[in-house]
Amino acid sequence: MKAIVNYVERLFLWELLKGMNITGRYLFDRKITVQYPDEKTPMSHRFRGRHALRRYANGEERCIACKLCEAVCPALAITIEAAPRENDKTRRTTRYDIDLSKCIFCGYCEESCPVDSIVETRVFEYHAEDREGLLMTKAKLLAFGDELEQQLATDRALDARYR
Amino acid sequence: MLETLITLVTILIKIVLIVAPLMLGVAYLTFAERKVIGYMQVRIGPNRVGPRGWLQPIADAVKLMFKEIIIPTNANRFLFIIAPMLAIAPALAAWAVVPFGETLILADVNAGLLYILAMTSLGVYGIIIAGWASNSKYAFLGAMRSAAQIVSYEIAMGFTLVGVLMAAGSLNLNDIIKAQSGGFWHWYWIPLFPLFIVYFISALAETNRAPFDVAEGESEIVAGFHVEYSGMLFAVFFLAEYANMILVSALAAIMFLGGWLSPFQGMGALDEMTAWVPGLFWFVAKFSVFLFLFLWLRATFPRYRYDQIMRLGWKVFIPITLVWIVVVGVAVLAKLPPWFV
Repeated sequence: MKAIVNYVERLFLWELLKGMNITGRYLFDRKITVQYPDEKTPMSHRFRGRHALRRYANGEERCIACKLCEAVCPALAITIEAAPRENDKTRRTTRYDIDLSKCIFCGYCEESCPVDSIVETRVFEYHAEDREGLLMTKAKLLAFGDELEQQLATDRALDARYR
Repeated sequence: MLETLITLVTILIKIVLIVAPLMLGVAYLTFAERKVIGYMQVRIGPNRVGPRGWLQPIADAVKLMFKEIIIPTNANRFLFIIAPMLAIAPALAAWAVVPFGETLILADVNAGLLYILAMTSLGVYGIIIAGWASNSKYAFLGAMRSAAQIVSYEIAMGFTLVGVLMAAGSLNLNDIIKAQSGGFWHWYWIPLFPLFIVYFISALAETNRAPFDVAEGESEIVAGFHVEYSGMLFAVFFLAEYANMILVSALAAIMFLGGWLSPFQGMGALDEMTAWVPGLFWFVAKFSVFLFLFLWLRATFPRYRYDQIMRLGWKVFIPITLVWIVVVGVAVLAKLPPWFV
């Protein structure tokens, strides 16, 4: 009996019509496409985009060259060299490179940082035309940090109670 | 001398009048396909080139024209280049006998249906030759699949045409249309309903469209017969596929939905109100429905497995058509009204 019902259903294309009914209804459904450059999806304050190095309010760089981020980086994208600074002999980085072509944007560097120095910003629309352009040096990272400090501070304040 | 020249020129103009709108139709069918399938997938489809994406097909055509044509080293050069032309020529030539209106027809051939059947069958040679000439295993597999599939479905399709010609008593396409005159309930889709369905599904298989597009089968044989083609040669295959779609849709409209006949014939007031609408409009409207169905089916169904395609063609369609031809024969002999009076 079941075989006969199955046969008749297949002969009269019943299942196929059901499928077409579904796609037919979707034809008139509301479209969910986000037309990217014109429209953007909401972004979390925890978004992990291109990196930046932050400073304290008095202009002193936060980084103390502890190298935790370099150690934790699973993609080995961070290279740090450190030395005492000329004027006050505090331990500072002389080199802080992030190779964005290696970085996987896991956010471990940010998590490991004891002084909230290395952070990942909301910036994801960047490009470079050669590998050099994807190598973030200390100067570049600090400049990004200065540029985005306000946003970075509010984002970290929003997340403060979960940390 | 001058007279022959004038005849030649008028014929040429007529051909251009058919082919140019057809090519435009093909271009915008690709656009319609991307839009319709996009909408069915809750996307919005192309909308960047021109207002609401309307210039997208033009952009595609320009892109394809400027792309390099690569001919594989061990390919048969001559056949490789001629294959796309062999694919598109029958798809265009078949339009010669398609009636767009009572007198709007390039060649009022008495064996029109036979000519159409011959022309649509020739299209597969382009695919087979392309697959062979590419000297690539994927292309060859695609060609073999296409050949087997089209041979199988040709039979079922031929039988549906037999049903139509029995009902109309003529091979002339215009006569077939006229035999259906008198409102939409006089059209052959009612008495020949199973044949109608079989014809449409066979047409899907003939034109290698989803869900019967195993000749392309991008998930298993890359792109099938046209894997080695690029640039304009590829574009010609593309045009041929879509021109074939329009052609089989137009044929379905002619044979089962009364071609250029108004659906309101013999309905008194409604008939008079729509009397100013040209037959061409009804014809285009009717085959557009089939074209939409083509796109709808593609958006809905996954590809058939190859043995299922063969089973469907040989073990389902051919018996159905054979039985229904007998039914039609009895109906014609009994002069079953309102179709066979």
